[in-house]
Amino acid sequence: MSMSRRRLLGAGGGLALTGALASACGSNTGRGGDDHAGQPVIEQWYHQYGEPGTEQAVRRYADAFEQANVRVQWRPGNYDQQTAAALLTDSGPDVFEASGPTLDQIQGGQVVDLTELLSEAKDDFNQAVLEQKTYQGKVWGIPQVIDTQLLYYRKSLLEDAGLEPPRTLDALIDAAKKLTTKEVKGLFLGNDGGPGVLAGTPLNAAGLSLVTEDGKVGFDDPAAARTLGKLHQLYAEKSLLLGAPSDWSDPAAFTQGLTAMQWSGLWALPQVQKALGDDFGVLPFPQDGPDGKPAVPVGAYGAAVSAKTKHKAEAKAYVKWLWVDRTEYQEDFALRYGFHIPARISLARKAAKLRSGAAGEAARYATDYGHVSEPLLWTAASKTDYQDALSRIIKGGANPDRELRSVIRKAEAELRRVKKKS
Amino acid sequence: MRGPFIRRLLGPQNRHLWFWIFVGPFVLGLTLFTYVPLAWSAYLSFFDAHNTVSPTDFVGFDNYTAMLGDDAFTDSLVTFLVFTAFIVPATYVLSLGLALMVNRLRWAQAFFRSVFFLPVACSYVVAALIWKISIFNGVRFGLANTVLGWFGADQTAWLSSTDPPWYWLVIVTVRLWLQAGFYMVLFLAGLQRISPRLYEAAAVDGARPGWQVFRHITFPQLRATSVAVVLLLVINAFQAFDEFYNLLSDSRGYPPYARPPLVYLYYTALGQEQNLGLGSAGAVILALIIAVVTVVQARWFGLGRKED
Repeated sequence: MSMSRRRLLGAGGGLALTGALASACGSNTGRGGDDHAGQPVIEQWYHQYGEPGTEQAVRRYADAFEQANVRVQWRPGNYDQQTAAALLTDSGPDVFEASGPTLDQIQGGQVVDLTELLSEAKDDFNQAVLEQKTYQGKVWGIPQVIDTQLLYYRKSLLEDAGLEPPRTLDALIDAAKKLTTKEVKGLFLGNDGGPGVLAGTPLNAAGLSLVTEDGKVGFDDPAAARTLGKLHQLYAEKSLLLGAPSDWSDPAAFTQGLTAMQWSGLWALPQVQKALGDDFGVLPFPQDGPDGKPAVPVGAYGAAVSAKTKHKAEAKAYVKWLWVDRTEYQEDFALRYGFHIPARISLARKAAKLRSGAAGEAARYATDYGHVSEPLLWTAASKTDYQDALSRIIKGGANPDRELRSVIRKAEAELRRVKKKS
Repeated sequence: MRGPFIRRLLGPQNRHLWFWIFVGPFVLGLTLFTYVPLAWSAYLSFFDAHNTVSPTDFVGFDNYTAMLGDDAFTDSLVTFLVFTAFIVPATYVLSLGLALMVNRLRWAQAFFRSVFFLPVACSYVVAALIWKISIFNGVRFGLANTVLGWFGADQTAWLSSTDPPWYWLVIVTVRLWLQAGFYMVLFLAGLQRISPRLYEAAAVDGARPGWQVFRHITFPQLRATSVAVVLLLVINAFQAFDEFYNLLSDSRGYPPYARPPLVYLYYTALGQEQNLGLGSAGAVILALIIAVVTVVQARWFGLGRKED
C-alpha cells in the first residue's frame, strides 16, 4: 500500500497549501499603511456579494473608522454555516453580517444585545425586518439592507403566447405550461424545483404564514395543502426549468432565454435590465384562494456582534457608526452596486432609483405585500423539515395533507422547545 | 555519566527514544485530532447542545431516541444501503475487468495502466462539479443532453428528476470513474502474483482458456485481493460525502432524496441547525453500525486468518 502513503503526503501538501492561502487571504485587509497601529483589531465578516465593487466599498467604509483597526473578511461559500461554526470558537469574527442572528444563537448567548445602538433612529428602520431581528424586546442585529424576491417575466414571450401577466397561482401554472417549448421552459424556481427559495411564500400567497404573530404554526389549515399541492402540477407538466448551470439567485437562466419566467432577487434587476432592456416585468408571487393575497418575501442581512469578542465596546461603536450613523455609506452600499432596498425608511424614500420603472414597482410590492421570509421563531430544524416536505410534494407528488401534518407536529415541538428556553 | 534510570528509559541503543521520536508525533496527532473529538462527540450526544460544545443540559438518551425515530435519518441509512448495493459490485466488476484486460496486453500495458489510473488523482469535488455543470446539467447544452438530442430525445434534468431517479446515474458514474483505476491496480498486482505454472498445469489437464480458467484458477487465486478490495469499497461507501454534497446541495440546503447519513448529520450538527448533541448521537449510531458491519465482514471473509 505505498499508494496510501503517497495519498497522505498529497493530502498533507494540500492542507499546507490551504493554510497558506487562508493566511494569505486573512492578511489581505485591503489597506496599505498602518495608520491604525496600536488600535484594537476588529474582524468583520461579510458573505460574498456577487456584484462588482461591493467588496471595495465595505473595505473603504472599514478604513474610514477611526477608533479601531477594522479587518474585513470577504467569505465565499456557505456563509451561514461558516459563521455558525466560527461563533463556537474564540477565533471567530467580532462583527459579522447574519441573515439572523438565529434564535438559537440569541438564546445561546452567542450574540450581543444591540438595542441601545438604535436609540432615536429605531423608528426609521423598516419595522418588518427590524421585528425579525428583535427577541423579547431587544434588538440583536442592525438591518443593513432589505432583500426581496420577485417573479421576472419576459413581456415579449407572454405577448406572443397571448398571455396576461399571471395574477393568480392558477394563471401562473397555466402560463408556465403554455410558455414551455422544446427550447425554453416556462418557469424557473431554482434547480431544486422550488422548495428552497419559495419556502413560506406560497403559504403567504394563500393568506397563511409559517409562524403566526403569537408564535403558533401558521399553516394548520386546509388551504395550505391545497396551495402547495398545486405546485406539483408545475413539475408534473414539465414547465419548470431544472438543472440550469446557475441557480435562482442568478438571472443568467432568464437573460439567456432558458426560461420565460424566473423567480429571483431584486438584486438581479440591474443585470436583467442590462440584458433585456424593457422586455421584462416584475410581479409578486401570485395569490391563491379566496383569502389569498400577493406575496413578496423580504429579509435583511443584519450586523451582529459576537459575544466572544475581546473588544465589545469598539465593536458596538463600529456597528453603530456604520449601520446607524453613517447614512451616506448605507445609501451607497444599498444602491450603488447590487440592488437592495435601504433598511432605513428615510433612505428608501429618497432613493431615486426606487421610484420609477420596474425597480419602483418592485419596491412598492415589497412595501405593500412584503412578509418576513424567515421569522425568528422558524428554526433551522423546522425549516429543513418543511423544505423536505415541500420537495416531496412538488417533485414526488406526495399527499400534501399528510406531509404537512407531519411538519406541523415537528414544528410545534420546535416552537415548544424554543419557548421553554426563554 | 547517565544514571541507570535514564539509561533504562532510553532503552538499549536508545531504542525507546527513537521509537518515540518516530511514533510520538503521530500518536499525539491521532490523540488530539481523532480520539479527543471522538470522545467529545460521545459526551455531547448525551446533552442538549444547541450552538455550544460545552453544554450543561443533560438529557440522557433523548438524542438517541430522537435520532432513531427521525424518518430522515432512517431514510438516509436506506439511501446508504442502496448506494452501497450499487457501487460495491459495480466497482468490483469494472476494476477486475479492466485489470484482466490490461494484464493481457502485450504492448502499451504501462500506457493503459496509467490512463485508467489517472482519474484517481482527480479530486472528488472537482469531478463532481464537472459532472454537475458540464456533463449532466439539465439544459440543452449539457454534454449528455446534447448527445441524446442528436437522437431526438428531450432534455433531461439529471440531478433534479426524481422519477425516474436519474441522479443515481450521476452519483454512481462519478465515483466509478474516480475509483475504478485504483482497484484495477490492486487487482493487477494480484494477477501478477499468480504463478504461471498453475495455468500451464491447467492447460495440460485440458482446461479451456477463458471462463473455465478464470473461474477455477484466476478468481480463487485473487481471493486475498478481492477481500481487501471489497472491504475498502464498503468503507469508502460509508464515507461518501463529497460527491453527494457537491452534486446535490445548493445554497438553501439539500433535497430529501439521495441523502446519505453523513450529509444529513452535517446539516444537523454543523449546518445552521447547530444541534451538536443530536448530530453527535447520529454519529455514534453510525459509528456503531460501521463497526458491526466491519467486524461481521472480516469474520465472514476470514480477514487476517493465516493462510494454510
